[in-house]
Amino acid sequence: MKKVYANATEALDGLLHDGMFISAGGFGLCGIPELLIDAIVDSGVKELTIASNNCGIDGFGLGKLLDTKQIKKMLSSYVGENAEFMRQYLSGELELEFNPQGTLAERMRAGGSGIPGFYTKTGVGTRIAEGKEVKIFDGEEYILERGIVADLSIVKAWKADDTGNLVFRKTARNFNPPAAMSGKICVAEVEEIVPRGSLDPDHIHLPGIYVHRLIQGQHEKRIEKITTRKREEV
Amino acid sequence: MASELKGWDRDQMAARAAEELEDGMYVNLGIGIPTLVANYVGDKDITLQSENGMLGMGPFPFEGEEDPDLINAGKQTITELSRTSYFDSATSFGMIRGGKIAAAVLGAMEVAENGDLANWMIPGKLVKGMGGAMDLVAGVKRVIVVMDHTNKAGDSKLLKECTLPLTGKGVVNRIITNLGVLDVVEGGLKIVETADGVTEDDIRAATEATIVA
Repeated sequence: MKKVYANATEALDGLLHDGMFISAGGFGLCGIPELLIDAIVDSGVKELTIASNNCGIDGFGLGKLLDTKQIKKMLSSYVGENAEFMRQYLSGELELEFNPQGTLAERMRAGGSGIPGFYTKTGVGTRIAEGKEVKIFDGEEYILERGIVADLSIVKAWKADDTGNLVFRKTARNFNPPAAMSGKICVAEVEEIVPRGSLDPDHIHLPGIYVHRLIQGQHEKRIEKITTRKREEV
Repeated sequence: MASELKGWDRDQMAARAAEELEDGMYVNLGIGIPTLVANYVGDKDITLQSENGMLGMGPFPFEGEEDPDLINAGKQTITELSRTSYFDSATSFGMIRGGKIAAAVLGAMEVAENGDLANWMIPGKLVKGMGGAMDLVAGVKRVIVVMDHTNKAGDSKLLKECTLPLTGKGVVNRIITNLGVLDVVEGGLKIVETADGVTEDDIRAATEATIVA
């Protein structure tokens, strides 16, 4: 069982096909699988449906796959940082299904956990509820949301051991664990792969059972909005 | 003209909203004026949640100390505190949906007298998405809206019915505007407090929603 691959292209070998459904981790540009995204751009695979909270920014992250028109449809909660996204969406080139952020995360978690659907209060009485089954529990309305099972998950973590156990860093964890769970196959990219035994088993955030292939690489880790305070304010 | 009434400024509204928060609360603050609320909590032991996966959100970092792995839900660089914990998005919205977060303070485009809230889209205009707003208003125990009482045209943002697509139905508990504080109650909105120099009649004149005694 060899999980470690030399680079993103090799790790994705045999996994990509036109029209596939990909689940991607990350929030904004934080914790995105940037190396795997680049390799998917290079592969030329197209007509992709991608579940990801955001769609990168112009020219970075999933935004690169928009520039090359490889995405057919996005399932996202917020896409406001991307002019090319809006252009393609408004011109009808790109389909978009808005999902409330927590609903999207739970759809991924549920799909990966053998739960085909769940009821939630989120979106009751809004456009999100249109066409969805409504059920009353204890006098309150809930809507049915479906679990997501993707053909492929692409995620980014901080460290891994060679068996695929993952450790994330700070808020870069975000959608990566649920996205990893939702894929039939998951490829993870990390900043450092360490030998088995060097991670504390009590401190693993995502067990290696969810991770099938693994690469180590250099990440740009671009910051979307730098906000600081002055030292005098202390 | 009601639209010329001043009442509280942004900071005063934020300070008033901070009075809603009690010692020991876990709270989610939205973008805009709600973010300013953190400046006015004083000695109260408040833990701020950032829905991208953090409890115990700290202030902006010093210049040069920004960490790309540490951002808030508005994608701004932030810092951690000694109490901070991190978790994934499914867990984060589990605590939101599960009613573990005591209060959310957020902005709005419109609020209706039955507590309906609209703050995520204007048809015909660029739609960016609801992010976590629908989950927050559906899940947290208490939803406090902080917004101007009227829009730029001087029209009431407190309506009998929302005209914009809803973020949540019957979800708002309290509204803090530049003119005062109103609660969503049976039959309409109830004036709880008036801002400095503002009378209850001023609020009535500036409000389309039904004001109940």
